[in-house]
Amino acid sequence: MEYFIQQLINGISVGSIYALIALGYTMVYGIIKLINFAHGDVFMVGSFIGLYSAKYLAAAGLPPVVVLLLSLIISMTISACLGISIERLAYKPLRKSTRIAALITAIGVSFLLEYTGVLILGPQAKGFPDIMDKKQVHLFGSSIQVESNQIMILLTTIILMLVLQYIVRYTKTGKAMRAVSFDVEAARLMGINVDRTISATFAIGSALAAAAGVIFGMTYNSVDPLMGVMPGLKAFVAAVLGGIGSIPGALVGGLLLGTVETEISSLGFSSWRDGVAFAVLILILIFRPSGLFGKNVREKV
Amino acid sequence: MLTVQGINVYYGAIHALKDLSIHVKQGEIVTLIGANGAGKSTLLKTLSGLLKPKTGSIEFLDKWIVNQTVQAIVKEGLIHCPEGRRVFANMSVEENLEMGAYLQVGSSLAADLERVYHIFPRLLERKKQQAGTLSGGEQQMLAMGRALMGHPKLLLLDEPSMGLAPLLVQDIFRIIKEVNDAGTTVLLVEQNAHQALRIADRAYVLETGRVVLEGDAKELADSDEIQMAYLGH
Repeated sequence: MEYFIQQLINGISVGSIYALIALGYTMVYGIIKLINFAHGDVFMVGSFIGLYSAKYLAAAGLPPVVVLLLSLIISMTISACLGISIERLAYKPLRKSTRIAALITAIGVSFLLEYTGVLILGPQAKGFPDIMDKKQVHLFGSSIQVESNQIMILLTTIILMLVLQYIVRYTKTGKAMRAVSFDVEAARLMGINVDRTISATFAIGSALAAAAGVIFGMTYNSVDPLMGVMPGLKAFVAAVLGGIGSIPGALVGGLLLGTVETEISSLGFSSWRDGVAFAVLILILIFRPSGLFGKNVREKV
Repeated sequence: MLTVQGINVYYGAIHALKDLSIHVKQGEIVTLIGANGAGKSTLLKTLSGLLKPKTGSIEFLDKWIVNQTVQAIVKEGLIHCPEGRRVFANMSVEENLEMGAYLQVGSSLAADLERVYHIFPRLLERKKQQAGTLSGGEQQMLAMGRALMGHPKLLLLDEPSMGLAPLLVQDIFRIIKEVNDAGTTVLLVEQNAHQALRIADRAYVLETGRVVLEGDAKELADSDEIQMAYLGH
């Protein structure tokens, strides 16, 4: 039992990363009906920005918590700008073309980011600095061990989720995002600035992916320019699992996928881990294509 | 207030509006009637900037608005309440109304909400409810309330009575008249020609993208052509 709970905790920290990335997929899909395949690479860029920020800030002798917070903020801000630029330069000109054109462009942007990364940073993996000392904490005096890192990760994820929830529910931009994602034309007729709302969506999604990138670096200590591919695909599975377009769906989908994967590995089938994730995608597409939280799309008559 | 002169609008290869001219004076209710496909909704979409005419001019409050964005046109006070209500079903009634006030900076949101709730008390009762759970009539009220949140000087209403029970239709038309009496000019598109002509000052009859008849609403309602074609007598 304790072993199971131990793995559950590990699963939740992997799942947090998937969930943070999946949110960007789902929000962008919700608003412009595009699967932004470059999203996983924004996660990679975010991770590298986090790496260099953490390195320089730690070298400057700042305390670990400040290093973590500043690295997160720097990485999220720059990645948000990257997200906005990608949308403006690559997707906006295609807004009136077919969806497949935008999708192919997204794959192109993905390759562009990956191999620009290889060109500038080299293909080798780089070590992510230990921002915090990794301490093992025993949970409630039991033999269940939690790394201090995992607690920080969970805390960061929860705070980001609450901030996101606040933005989407209560701010004018968040409400405009929901309005645009439901009916663009009606939103325009209200005078809502659709372009700015779409930019805001890309900014928020990219910032969350960047946070996931920093967390990923802290967990696995190794980052490389192609690191975004697999987590990006997994997060896409998580978004579909939760119901693409649904924010709570992305959260639950991410955590669920992380947990399932970790439990599978812990049972000794670690080489099956990725296979299981994609089997989940296939099963969802067969039995519940709209996902756990998705709405059934009604055909307009 | 609004002068449309010789506009030509195309949907791809389809010539939807042909050399069409209308005008609306301050304080009027003007109605556009005509069969399906006559171009009524197309005209409203062109006025609000969703569609751009190939040729012709549109002047609103002494400004050319043909090349303006939808947002700029809304800012001028020309607000389009679209066909089929188009409320944001995933948002609460009050959030829908807030979206209508998106561009309002000077006026207080609370005061605007109160004004709209005064016109539509039913919306106040349901302000926390998801708009998608409202009945058709309530959704129409919400769509109109949302448009009124933007302080329209000219309100474009597209088929506000569509699909509503007769009693509700009466309500909606009464409210349109009240809104107009309170100082908002209204351009009304309706299938229900009978009701529309009753509250309107003037009317245009559209057929395949052209104005075929225009004049005083009462006179048109009594004319034989209208009686035959649109009022079913």
